[in-house]
Amino acid sequence: MRRMKKINKTTKSNLITYAIVIALFAAVQILTSAGAISSLLQGLLVPLCAYIILAVSLNLTVGILGELSLGHAGFMCVGAFTSAFFSKCTAELIPVAGVRYLFALLIGAAAAGLCGILVGIPALRLKGDYLAIVTLAFGEIIKNVVNILFIGRDSEGFHFSTKDSLSLGLLPDGEVIVNGPQGITGTPKDSTFTVGVILILVTLFIVLNLIHSRSGRAIMAIRDNRIAAESIGINVTKYKLMAFSISAALAGVGGVIYAHNLATLTAQPKNFGYNMSIMILVFVVLGGIGNIRGSILAAIVLTLLPELLRGLSDYRMLIYAVVLIAMMLFNWSPKAIEWRERHSAKFKRKKQKEV
Amino acid sequence: MSFISYLINGVSLGSVYAIIALGYTMVYGIAKMLNFAHGDVIMIGAYVVMAAISGAGLPPGVAVLLSIVCCLILGIVIESVAYRPLLNAASSLAVLITAIGVSYLLQNVALLIFGANTISFDSVVSVPAVTLMDGALTITGEAIVTIVSCIVIMIALTLFISRTKSGQAMRAVSEDKGAAQLMGIHVNGTIALTFAIGSALAAIAGVLLCSSYPSLNPYTGAMPGIKAFVAAVFGGIGSIPGAFIGGILLGVIEIFGKAYISSQMADAIVFGVLIVILLVKPAGILGKNVQEKV
Amino acid sequence: MALLEVKNLGISFGGLRAVNAFHLNIEKGCLYGLIGPNGAGKTTVFNLLTGVYRPDEGIILLDGENIVGKKTIEINKTGIARTFQNIRLFKELSVKDNVKAGLHNHYRYSTLEGIFRLPNYYKKEKEMDEKAMKLLSVFDLDQEADTLAANLPYGKQRKLEITRALATNPKLLLLDEPAAGMNPNETKELMETIRFVRDTFDMTILLIEHDMKLVSGICEKLTVLNFGEALCEGDASDVLHDPEVIKAYLGE
Repeated sequence: MRRMKKINKTTKSNLITYAIVIALFAAVQILTSAGAISSLLQGLLVPLCAYIILAVSLNLTVGILGELSLGHAGFMCVGAFTSAFFSKCTAELIPVAGVRYLFALLIGAAAAGLCGILVGIPALRLKGDYLAIVTLAFGEIIKNVVNILFIGRDSEGFHFSTKDSLSLGLLPDGEVIVNGPQGITGTPKDSTFTVGVILILVTLFIVLNLIHSRSGRAIMAIRDNRIAAESIGINVTKYKLMAFSISAALAGVGGVIYAHNLATLTAQPKNFGYNMSIMILVFVVLGGIGNIRGSILAAIVLTLLPELLRGLSDYRMLIYAVVLIAMMLFNWSPKAIEWRERHSAKFKRKKQKEV
Repeated sequence: MSFISYLINGVSLGSVYAIIALGYTMVYGIAKMLNFAHGDVIMIGAYVVMAAISGAGLPPGVAVLLSIVCCLILGIVIESVAYRPLLNAASSLAVLITAIGVSYLLQNVALLIFGANTISFDSVVSVPAVTLMDGALTITGEAIVTIVSCIVIMIALTLFISRTKSGQAMRAVSEDKGAAQLMGIHVNGTIALTFAIGSALAAIAGVLLCSSYPSLNPYTGAMPGIKAFVAAVFGGIGSIPGAFIGGILLGVIEIFGKAYISSQMADAIVFGVLIVILLVKPAGILGKNVQEKV
Repeated sequence: MALLEVKNLGISFGGLRAVNAFHLNIEKGCLYGLIGPNGAGKTTVFNLLTGVYRPDEGIILLDGENIVGKKTIEINKTGIARTFQNIRLFKELSVKDNVKAGLHNHYRYSTLEGIFRLPNYYKKEKEMDEKAMKLLSVFDLDQEADTLAANLPYGKQRKLEITRALATNPKLLLLDEPAAGMNPNETKELMETIRFVRDTFDMTILLIEHDMKLVSGICEKLTVLNFGEALCEGDASDVLHDPEVIKAYLGE
């Protein structure tokens, strides 16, 4: 009887998370049809879906595996560029957008996951902050490599160069697909808000079910005490790598969504550099480390906040920074926690809502 | 001859990285935090110098001193307002994110005051360039001053840490905060002092960096900040000689990478070398690899 | 044949000879104590037996199979489980999940079966739940199954660590100072638990302990370790009255 209750509890919690996402989706659809959402905000919806997936997947590394990654945008970048490359190449070959997009997703996720394994094998041997630094380095390298990559196609096949588009030596019938710093232009815009939300649900399904399974338990055991996990026969390397590469593959999915929403996909510090990795990490920490639902909400709030503050023009990023610092102090400072606990009797109702 | 010229450029750039990395590594050693706002203090330092010279008409020497004092105070304020409350937080990530918040804050304050445009920074160095080997090799005054400053700072800091009471307190706090407190060491004061020194060094680094590479905007500090952080890790984070070696090494790799391989790939090369070094020496060149006791 | 046979085991850390020419024979079903002054090398012996350290020389035979050079997880699969001097629980997991983590290698289903909730997931999870609850009820922890391990009182944390080790179905159980930090009542209860584990699970147990009451109360055989070498071994009552042993503990 007790056991049944337990299973129901996690299932229930998962269902609530799915329900929140669906409810938010419905709310946005209603508001859109009522014309209550500005075109600016509408433009943010698809990237927001990508950010949510990135935040949830990073939480798998940071919260569940307990390792700090500062290169999550690197995996996103891999997913974005491989899938955009694929979609552009096959735009005529596979005319059905849905089928093409499905393949693009699989390719983006697989490429990013593969990078996760390649980075993870050496990097996961390192401890704590050193892992963070290697992932940061990886993210910067990927961004750098994409910026010097030129790929063109003509009737003779593909041509590669790391110099410029002219040295590809394309025949007159050829076209440049990846154009170095100018990136990929003309990726079919297959990402829609609906598709994004479906992919959020798929991501949640994978992450939440993984956490509440034998493998998830092993991953969290390693997080809590690596030495004890080894002593009871858990293969630490295998499960660390598993969590890390699944996280990377899902970041790749985020990248696919992101890429198929842009007329021109370029790798700049802003979107795929360390700034992006940091922004996603902010979502995760502010939403609560290991708290998947929190990651979603933090991603939504922090993506919309600068837009809502747009009226304040020059001051908005300043306010964003101040709010971020204040929220961190309020959420994490031992003194603030003590203060909250002392007053929690008074604000008990309010606090429950927050949680 | 170009090889020696590149080498000198590399050592000069590396000296700037080393000075920044010293700040990173001292703060990490004592507070176990990655101070992501450190790079932005560099940028503030450079703006203060620029404003003092072109705005208030102060002589360069006075402007640099003013900048050092400003950054020193800034460092103490940041530490006490944003970091100290989180010193004992449940997750070390909390203070990391707060540091990122501070970094955004400094960038946007600079954006509001000085605008987003990149401005040209007038070198404060009045040392003339040295020409050697019948003009085949020229060493700029900036390079000379940067390298000399770095060596002087390095020696002074090493003496300070090993010879003075405050320096010993720093080492004690970085080893064990609780024990240091029991021995009567003022832990908070020591941490504040560390931030003050680190930030003052950042001001110097900012002036030197902008004198050699004369362009300044609110994001100028971000990339050198990250690179210096990489340099600190290269050398073994927490180690002062490590930060020095790491900084120089990184500067040389970057300039050689730009000169001999590809200027667009220079950053990728720097980060690639970092990964290789960490795989061979997981705690950096001079870092101690501490095994968890079972 | 003895269940555990250790011959000429030795390891150095730098210049320090931590364990030297150490030997040990434990018969199946025995409750064996490893005692000695602080710093004698007792925990080092445990770390050698569980593959945390690799010995410089010597062999360790478990059921006749040499386990020297195997990794910790392999050794656990071969049949040695342990607890730690400073408790090492999975603090953010529930009490039950701690035990289920111990069952990891005995109830298998793939990650994909877990993610897609295939029938095997439900079947194996159900079996694990039942097994875990059974083990927990043996140690009187079943009421706390859903509590976070970090929130258990100290004595129960020690018990949970033993439960988790037993969940891996070992042949030999190593307990590193199980009574450390316990009050006399808790110690007494622990002694009963240890004896109970031996009898119920037909377990062979090697334990490190400082509490002489516990050692003389439950250990049948003892080895005394001093400066990394076996000073004396044999039946518990003989060893405890050996003048050499008294000297090592109390000094001249």
